[in-house]
Amino acid sequence: MYRKKVLTSLAAAATFSMLLSACANQAGPGTTESSGSSSKVNVPAISKVDVPAGAVKPAGDGKATCPATTTLAYAGAQTGPNAQLGVNIFNGIQLAIDQHNKANPGCQVQFKKFDTEGDPNKATGPVTQLVSEPDILGVVGLPFSGESKATGNIFEQKGLVHITPSATNPGLTGNGWTTFFRGLGNDAVQGPAAAKFLTGKLGAKKVYLVQDDSDYGIGLATSTSAGLGSALAGTEKVTTGQKDFSAVISKIMNAKADAVFYSGYYAEGAPFDQQLVGKGFTGTFVAPDGVKDDQFIKQAGDASNNAYFTCPCLPGELIPEFASAYKDVSKGAEPGTYSIEGYDAATVLLSGIDAGKQNRADLLAWVKAYDKDGLSKHYKWDAKGELQAPTVYGYKVENGKIVPVGPIGE
Amino acid sequence: MLPSLVPLLPTENDWITFDIPSLAENFWSATFDGLTFGAIYALVALGYTLVYGVLNLINFAHSEVFIVGCYAVFFTLSSLGFGPSVPRLDIWAIILNLLLALVLAMVASAVTAFLLERIAYKPLRQRNAPRLVFLITAIGASFTIQYLIYLWRGPSPELALTMFRPTPIFDVFGTIIDSQQLVIIIAAVIMMVGTDRFISKSRTGRGIRAVAQDPDTATLMGVNKERIIITTFVIGGLLAGAAALFYVMKIPSGVQYSGGFVLGIKAFAAAVLGGIGNVRGALLGGLLLGLIGNYGQILLGNSQWTDVVAFVVLVLVLLLRPEGILGTSLGRSKA
Repeated sequence: MYRKKVLTSLAAAATFSMLLSACANQAGPGTTESSGSSSKVNVPAISKVDVPAGAVKPAGDGKATCPATTTLAYAGAQTGPNAQLGVNIFNGIQLAIDQHNKANPGCQVQFKKFDTEGDPNKATGPVTQLVSEPDILGVVGLPFSGESKATGNIFEQKGLVHITPSATNPGLTGNGWTTFFRGLGNDAVQGPAAAKFLTGKLGAKKVYLVQDDSDYGIGLATSTSAGLGSALAGTEKVTTGQKDFSAVISKIMNAKADAVFYSGYYAEGAPFDQQLVGKGFTGTFVAPDGVKDDQFIKQAGDASNNAYFTCPCLPGELIPEFASAYKDVSKGAEPGTYSIEGYDAATVLLSGIDAGKQNRADLLAWVKAYDKDGLSKHYKWDAKGELQAPTVYGYKVENGKIVPVGPIGE
Repeated sequence: MLPSLVPLLPTENDWITFDIPSLAENFWSATFDGLTFGAIYALVALGYTLVYGVLNLINFAHSEVFIVGCYAVFFTLSSLGFGPSVPRLDIWAIILNLLLALVLAMVASAVTAFLLERIAYKPLRQRNAPRLVFLITAIGASFTIQYLIYLWRGPSPELALTMFRPTPIFDVFGTIIDSQQLVIIIAAVIMMVGTDRFISKSRTGRGIRAVAQDPDTATLMGVNKERIIITTFVIGGLLAGAAALFYVMKIPSGVQYSGGFVLGIKAFAAAVLGGIGNVRGALLGGLLLGLIGNYGQILLGNSQWTDVVAFVVLVLVLLLRPEGILGTSLGRSKA
């Protein structure tokens, strides 16, 4: 009784193999991937970044004095799903404080860490505890936008200055807080920078913009499309959790776009890029910091070779003196995303303490008036707490690793 | 208006707009992609329709029979070294690997369907349970299998599998048909036609139609009803396993514990659209649903619309023809 069924399957299988072999004949070397298409613009990786000559270092002049109780704090994730980002940051802070204390025997600054798990609902407890400790003069944190939004008022009420090394939601500085400072470019800066990167260095003439349905993805897509202007070939939306991108891809192919900007996270970005390349797309794939993760390379495989990233973060691993000193603190790990932003933020606060700003009000005024170079960039904030000249970096995938290609958007 | 409400108002972009130029421009690529999906829906829909024809049971656990096949494809191919990157194998090695995956997926799905019938449905049948109980059992079995997979593999999708690099085969009205679409459509159509002929011509097929028409008389006429039921489930499983291979070929990152759910619903809808219980109806319904969803999503400019459009059309068709497009039951379908 199964004979007919078997025959049918065999017939199907036979056709199947004939078809495949037909494609093989057409494809020629198509089954062996030649990574990267020759027509693609190649932006070379950089091997070092320029450190501003007059960059402020935590060590200072070595003559600082301060009370033994002087304390700086880190508030943010130490545990939880996104703990790695927090570890990157507080290792940077730890390094700055270690260097400062070694050079200044008369001023030994204490360092305290408060764990929020990166969760807006859990952050208010540790932050309330933190602001009530009078010895804490300044804080680096909080790393994420959600928890920053939830705790900004608590800092504001106690007049405690805090610098976030990584929260990028543009809305955070619109709350009227006077104690909140952002130590990097926000998403309203990243979008135009990404647009310039696409049409400038990458030489894209027709950019297709694809956004997911998150606030981050929508916001960033809006600011990017404004910057793209006439180079924008079309926009398309995808859903969180979407797996099939064939309709989006056929639109991109029919529009003959030479670059795609994906505004979202790597969970959808990786299969999207994989299917895009699978359908024969030979242009470049550009995505923001939400996609800049080793998981992207793992999930997209060889397809990830066409990917570039934008990120308002500096590659700390390329500053040799920083990278080698960092490894002493981190037990051998390379500086990660936002390590150097944490280091610089701590340096701003430490230099204030060294300059005698040893209460909360004075230190807040110090940060407000700050106008000096840090290791990663120039630090000068506007009245709302945004950096006046934030830097956005480009990155790309090379040999299965994410490497920096230098500042973009200038 | 309160200023705080203003952001909640839909902007111009949020309203439904019909992007006809885009549909015109993408018409042929949408057609071929739609047919590819339609072929996959149709293969799964056959499983719903056959079981419904014989038992008058909507086997909601059929989507899990399908996803088990997807996992079989995943484990076979990833243990053979396939991954997100294009495999560095010559074409014959790839064909052999894919055939192996096809066979294992068909076996895995057929075994799942067989066990499902033995464990979940047969005891109910022996006790003459009311039809509603079968339906609830089917839904329960669906969730059970789904969450067993969840416990085993966790919530995140498995790593993508690229089986081969799709290469352009020929050009239709400026749109390129690639090898992947062609393989899926042709292989699926062959399987569907084979199933149709099997049901209409073979001895077992005649038995299936006899049981569908009148189980009691069929038994009196010497048809072994239990064996026919098992055969029906196994055929549905085999087809679902084949669909699983094509599905993973089309959507490389689609292997996930819940991945069968929406596809199962759509395949069921395809069966209803064509006329449930009708083999050719399932084929027609599957292809139509694939096409309509794809056109709709391009016309309305957002992939979130695929399912909305597909189901709105389903409802409209059922309003006009409650029996589905072809409308006849399995028992009466002669060929």
